Amino acid sequence: MRFMFVIKASKDSEAGVMPPAEMISAMADYHGELAKAGVLLDGSGLQPSSKGWRITWSGGKKTITDGPFAETKELIAGYTIIQVKTREEAMEWANRFPNPQIENGQIEIRQMFDLEDFEPSEGIDRFREMGIAQDRP
Amino acid sequence: MAANHGPPQPTMPTDFVSDDSVARSRATHRAIETVFRMERARIVAALTRFTRSVDLAEELAQDALIAALRNWPVSGIPDKPGAWLITSARRRAIDHFRRAKMANGKLALLGIDADVEAMAEPEDGMGDDMLGLMFVSCHPVLSPDARAALTLRLVGGLTTEEIARAYLVSEAAMAQRIIRAKRTLSDACVPFEVPAGQDRADRLSSVLEVLYLVFNEGYSATRGDDWMRPQLCQEAMRLGRMLALLAPNDAEVHGLIALMEIQASRLPARTDAEGKPILLLDQIRSRWDHLLIKRGLAALAKAEAT
Repeated sequence: MRFMFVIKASKDSEAGVMPPAEMISAMADYHGELAKAGVLLDGSGLQPSSKGWRITWSGGKKTITDGPFAETKELIAGYTIIQVKTREEAMEWANRFPNPQIENGQIEIRQMFDLEDFEPSEGIDRFREMGIAQDRP
Repeated sequence: MAANHGPPQPTMPTDFVSDDSVARSRATHRAIETVFRMERARIVAALTRFTRSVDLAEELAQDALIAALRNWPVSGIPDKPGAWLITSARRRAIDHFRRAKMANGKLALLGIDADVEAMAEPEDGMGDDMLGLMFVSCHPVLSPDARAALTLRLVGGLTTEEIARAYLVSEAAMAQRIIRAKRTLSDACVPFEVPAGQDRADRLSSVLEVLYLVFNEGYSATRGDDWMRPQLCQEAMRLGRMLALLAPNDAEVHGLIALMEIQASRLPARTDAEGKPILLLDQIRSRWDHLLIKRGLAALAKAEAT
């Protein structure tokens, strides 16, 4: 099963403040442990929302809004994807994650979809064709 | 987590223990067992180097788990649980050797330095221990089947029952295979080492062969089979990724990872809804796993650059 550790944004990450050397070093140690255990699949930091944009569908209308976006706590600043055997293992790895922000940090852990979890159906077949949600092997 | 348990609970007769506290203690046990499972291979590797016996190392690791289950619910899970478990297992190893020494002065025969206290502290070189363990479990003195079983048990940390299910044999038969493999290793006095030169190249190719055998065993399983079989693919890939960090300068390792990641990327497209195989050219490419393709190509580039 795959899990995504979603790193929430902060005032600093949104202001484009680069993480201090000690934090980068702690992150490298942690991700090194994930890699040594063979469970690290992917990960990246994200640039501030001022460099991004949004597309919103509302009332049959599509609008494009340029960043930055105000609700800092709802934004994300990075992600790490791991593949483990059990949910408990994901919990344990998540507990070892270093604080990803200079001040108040938050990570959110989400299990990624695996279509094999669902009963076969026409809808699931169409999802499958979109090429999303593949946990196997 | 044990570290967050609430205020002390009044002692109650066990019949009246609240569901809450039972659930909490179960969750703590599950968390401890998970930590142990994650650290098990490292403990066995360190203890094998220390005791020169995989069998004894496994036994001592199990004792360390029991100690953790006794201590951690009270003290909380330590910051470095792996180091705690290794230290605890080493203390037991030292006790074990002291008893052996008193019994018949066999310590020297076992090739153990008499100054066991000096070896009690965990050292660096954990990576070499893990690599050494892989070389032992994939030793050419063992049959290919035995190498695969022992590698999954010692390095993968799978239970005998899980390995048996994956290989479609009874648990008793798999347990026998593992016991025989350990006996073969000890009869042949296989040293715990990371070999050098041509020897290293030969032994490394044996490790790679075992990983590929395990991968193929899972890859040939079709949908609808026991979930443990596809799990073999994942485990082989995980062990390959581990090996790539332990032996980063061996191009062959990156080559094998590239092969496994790219082959595995096609698994979701390989069968239709009824589980019938779909040939490569007829596969829907959007079903390929693009994260694995990316990882496979990166490994290929590393293999070429090494």
